[in-house]
Amino acid sequence: MHNRSRRRFLGLGAAWSAVLVACRPKTAAPVAEPRALGAAVSSYGSRSPHEKSARFFNQNTKVPLEEASSRTPLHDTYGIITPSSLHFERHHSGVPVIDPATHTLTIHGLVDRPLVFTVDELRRMPSVSRIYFLECSGNSGSEWRGGSTDSDVQRVHGLTSCSEWTGVPVAALLRECGIQPSATWLLAEGADAGKHARSIPIQKAMDDALVAYAQNGEPIRPEQGYPLRLFLPGWEGNTNVKWLRRLKALDQPAMTREETSKYTDLMPDGTARQFTFDMEPKSIITRPSGGDTVAKGAHQITGIAWSGRGTIARVEVTTDGGATWNTAELQSPVLPRAHTRFRWSWTWSGDEAVIASRCTDDTGYTQPRLAELIQVRGMNSQYHNNGIQAWKVAADGKITNGNRA
Amino acid sequence: MVIARRGVLVLALCGATLSGSRSTAAQSPVSGFGRAPTAEELRAIDIEVTPDGKGLAPGSSSASAGKSVYTRRCETCHGPTGKEGPQDVLVGGQGSLATSTPQKTVGSYWPYATTLWDYIRRAMPFEHPGTLTADEVYGATAYVLYMNGVVGENDVLDQTTLPKVRMPNRNGFTSDPRPDVPLKKK
Repeated sequence: MHNRSRRRFLGLGAAWSAVLVACRPKTAAPVAEPRALGAAVSSYGSRSPHEKSARFFNQNTKVPLEEASSRTPLHDTYGIITPSSLHFERHHSGVPVIDPATHTLTIHGLVDRPLVFTVDELRRMPSVSRIYFLECSGNSGSEWRGGSTDSDVQRVHGLTSCSEWTGVPVAALLRECGIQPSATWLLAEGADAGKHARSIPIQKAMDDALVAYAQNGEPIRPEQGYPLRLFLPGWEGNTNVKWLRRLKALDQPAMTREETSKYTDLMPDGTARQFTFDMEPKSIITRPSGGDTVAKGAHQITGIAWSGRGTIARVEVTTDGGATWNTAELQSPVLPRAHTRFRWSWTWSGDEAVIASRCTDDTGYTQPRLAELIQVRGMNSQYHNNGIQAWKVAADGKITNGNRA
Repeated sequence: MVIARRGVLVLALCGATLSGSRSTAAQSPVSGFGRAPTAEELRAIDIEVTPDGKGLAPGSSSASAGKSVYTRRCETCHGPTGKEGPQDVLVGGQGSLATSTPQKTVGSYWPYATTLWDYIRRAMPFEHPGTLTADEVYGATAYVLYMNGVVGENDVLDQTTLPKVRMPNRNGFTSDPRPDVPLKKK
């Protein structure tokens, strides 16, 4: 039974199957036939009860959980797609309950024809599906000030996830409304309690922005903006406004709280950088990583790399603290503004080691060391840390955050 | 719905013909999806306020009048003087941004007073956003600005005066220069 379904999965023809069966070692112990029936078909699937992987969020905090974040368990996700149920969350006023039959998207402001679209209409318009990462600009923010030795890849870097998003190009909707030449910015606003709002340059809206209604083949989940969210490939998470209710064409940015007092990067001289939209190239080793204990011998080092500016061209892995770098294997597909899976085979000798990855994208930019970022931006900038993540392997095989070493 | 849209289209084309300036090829609706919003629908959602004051609602208040709004609706989360928390510290921190312990408050960091009005009206109080009247929003805004030494106790804030309030960190923001690291070799 098991072998037959496996062969089907591999897509082998009958002849090859016969050869494989003939070649199978004769010494394998026979597997006991199951004697009880399994479960019946069901209307909605769930994972094995043996699997416990979960988003992480800090429950002992003064921050209300409605404006908190939860982090993707990157150490036990595979390939490049994040299960929707494990996609990271960041809300500013909780997850609203929205009826798609009554929710609408209004486009107004500096347009010839303000229009209200129903969710059903948007689902009927010409759509595109694209695989894109989404990363919170606060991801990896703990490391600006040295981080914590015992933190793991989920706690440090779990505010990035990758999905297939389906929706309507914003450019098509703006053309529908007749965008006026004086429109230079687009205010995007959600229908959540606090009406989360960001100003987006009109060029991005006309380039590759989507009004997305589906994620990984199903309607977007409530935590991700059901029924509609703005999706801006490669741009910091909070600009991808969830529960999208309106887009207003303006001749200036609205200067909302989220683009002035928050999500701005404080520099050592006391000035702050504003509208730092794209997430710069970054890679991290997800396995083995902080909290793991490795045994001597062969290991597969694996992780993810991504660039908000383009496509990953190369990932390198070091196992000697950066003295030498080895080119990792990239798993296809390697897509623009998407997580890219990389692998490198490593034999651990049992001596102390520092392992890390660095990526280069097709613009020629190579991921810097955290120390290089701090040299320019200081330690107060809070957001947009794309520095190299080091993991320290102790002689007993225990792995800890190596950024402080 | 479709008929109404066609009506709009015809009017738009007539306008273009008369003015002779608009490119109808690029600007014509393609799908026929969508309908025109009513004025009432737009009023209900059209809430943002830009730094020039566009979008501010009629109304007015001052710090002295707004103190009671702050005490009733804001103090539990932000503290009696805006410095105690437990949520965002609103007051103080001026001169701290270039130190190793920067304090980003309304007084030390926020570049526009209109943003404060917009955010209070949009999202505050945290558990009951959208429940303050326009006068209450002006009052809470004035009181937070007063605690930061930005306006006087009896200065009246309204659609005209609020956009003119000069915030201490108005010139504290720069545009994105990235990629800035690694440093380019000269």
